[in-house]
Amino acid sequence: MIEPRIEHPAYTLHHPRWLRQHVSTYWWLSKPSYLAFILREISSVFVAWTIVYLLLAAGAVSQGAVAYADFLDWSSAPAVLTLNVISVGFLVFHAVTWFNLAPQAMVIHAGGRRVPGAVIAASNYAAWAIATALIAWLLLRRG
Amino acid sequence: MTRKDDAMARRSFEPILWILFSAGGVLSALLLPVLLFLFGLAFPLGWLTAPSHERLLVLLSHPLARIGGVILCLLSLFHWAHRFRYTLYDGLQIKHLHDTINTLCYGGAIAGSLWAAYVLWRIP
Repeated sequence: MIEPRIEHPAYTLHHPRWLRQHVSTYWWLSKPSYLAFILREISSVFVAWTIVYLLLAAGAVSQGAVAYADFLDWSSAPAVLTLNVISVGFLVFHAVTWFNLAPQAMVIHAGGRRVPGAVIAASNYAAWAIATALIAWLLLRRG
Repeated sequence: MTRKDDAMARRSFEPILWILFSAGGVLSALLLPVLLFLFGLAFPLGWLTAPSHERLLVLLSHPLARIGGVILCLLSLFHWAHRFRYTLYDGLQIKHLHDTINTLCYGGAIAGSLWAAYVLWRIP
C-alpha cells in the first residue's frame, strides 16, 4: 500500500482530477522571454563543461609536455571546437545576464544612500574587464 | 526521521546551496569566458600562441593557482548543480524525481571538486 504523499500528489492513489491547467513540457518555447530564461539556466551546463575542459587541460599539463601537446591537438578537433564555440557564447550570455542582475541582488548603501544600480552593474563589468586582462596577460606574456 | 523533519532538513540546506550557486555565478562569469576563449578557441585555431608547457607548469604550481583553481572549480560546479537542478524541475517538470536529480547534480559537483583537488594537487 502506497502512503499518500503530500509533496508528490502525482503518486497519490485515486487522486482527484486536476483543477489546474496542464502546462506543456515546452512552455518555455511559447514566449521569447521564457526562452531567454531557459537559455540562461542552460548556460550552467556550459559552465560545468568549461570546468571539465580546463581540468583536462590542467591534467595534461601535469602529466608532461607530450600529454599537453596531445591535449592541444585534441582541442582543435572539429567536434571539440564546435562545442567550445557554443560554450563561449553561453558563457558570455551567462556573464552578461549575471552582471545585469547584480543590481537587483546587491543592495549597497554608502553615505546613507543606496548606491544606484547602474554603478553596481558598471563595477561588475569593470571587474570582469580587469579579471579578463589579468588572465590574458598571465597566459600570453612572453619570457 | 519523519517526513516533516526530512523536509525541514532539506530546506535548511537551501541557503548554503544558494550561496554556493551565487558565488559560483560571480566567479564563473568573471573568469571562465576568457579562459575558454583562449584554451578553447584562440589557441586551437592559432589566433594566439598557446603558452609553453614549462610556462603553464610554473603558473599552475603556484600555491595561489592551486587553491584558486580548486575554489573556482568547486563554486562553478555547485553553481551548475543548483541551476541545472531547477532547470530540470521547471523546464521538464520532473520535480517528483528530486532525489535522483539531487544526487546527480550535487553528487556530480562533489565528484568534480574532488577531481579538481586531485589534479591541482598532483601538478609537480
